[in-house]
Amino acid sequence: MEQTSPGWQDELYDLLRRRGVTQFAYVPDAGHRVLIDRALADPAAQAVALTTEEEGVALLAGADLGGARGVLLMQSSGVGNCINMLSLVKGGRFPFLTLVSMRGDFGEGNPWQYPMGQAVEPVLAAMGVICLRVERPEEATPTVGAALTMAFQAGSAIAVLLSQKLIGAKPF
Amino acid sequence: MSRANTLDRRAVVRSLLARRGGLLLVTGLGAPAWDATAAGDSPLTFPLWGAMGSAAMIGLGLALAQPERAVLVLTGDGEMLMGLGSLATIGVQRPANLALAVLDNERYGETGMQETHTAHGVDLAAIAAGCGFAQSETIRDMAGIEALGARLDARQGPLFAQVKIAADTPPLALPPRDGALLKNRFRAALLGPQADLA
Repeated sequence: MEQTSPGWQDELYDLLRRRGVTQFAYVPDAGHRVLIDRALADPAAQAVALTTEEEGVALLAGADLGGARGVLLMQSSGVGNCINMLSLVKGGRFPFLTLVSMRGDFGEGNPWQYPMGQAVEPVLAAMGVICLRVERPEEATPTVGAALTMAFQAGSAIAVLLSQKLIGAKPF
Repeated sequence: MSRANTLDRRAVVRSLLARRGGLLLVTGLGAPAWDATAAGDSPLTFPLWGAMGSAAMIGLGLALAQPERAVLVLTGDGEMLMGLGSLATIGVQRPANLALAVLDNERYGETGMQETHTAHGVDLAAIAAGCGFAQSETIRDMAGIEALGARLDARQGPLFAQVKIAADTPPLALPPRDGALLKNRFRAALLGPQADLA
């Protein structure tokens, strides 16, 4: 893991805010640390800590009913917790944007992370969520920009997968 | 539990919604959605047909997006039990404009009236109080319901009410089923022409 906070994460926060995102739902995660800290420090944003990721899917549907935009920040394991709740997104054709920090892919050292990490894309695809994968820092901002358009202009459900090639693999 | 639960669910919901004004309503799936429909369908009601366990969190997202509007989540004990963690999440956010009313018949009404955990003493109001809700109570009579209805608009929440109702099955009163229609009519009624502009 890099010791300094990579600039692309600050860029992502500024981009999300510029595009009207105000609700940042999260389960604490090292891969999203900068976004979470920025949201907590931002008086014009609402940082909503969750007990489980599926709460975030429902929260963002409520935000949309009220005319607000949100993003769900979670780790790949959390995708598994969201599956039935994504019925709400599909059934209601709600816009949905999540940024997923990956485990169980490039260089993962913990075998318990592989089952859910490798299932993220097929599971999300089965529930109608389109996956966009980011592997290099320079791809992060344009990919999230595209995801914002797909979610909030086209009303789609989008997951941006932040690969371990980008955020670093944990040895444990 | 030994105490008799006698409140009539339809009378409870009719009373809560009698003067709903601009109240934004989210209902859990099943009987609470039928109760709200029996009291009068409205575009400002978002009834769930699935996604069990989501009602309270939809209410939170809505309450944070619309802090000037009163938001009521009306759900059942089984649905609330499936999303218990959301009580902790709401307790941290403490939105003043959010109220949760759980119609507690101590049964899973849609699946054969099997007992829920509340039939064995699990106290949802105590859990909500322990999660930091500003007000939390168990209601067993219509006077309590009328008092709750009068407080929905005060925005001094978050409020939690566990409403002990009789385990009966009134006639079905079904809201529209199409989730996108329910979402779009809600947004149009709340946001006006802005609803469709991104």
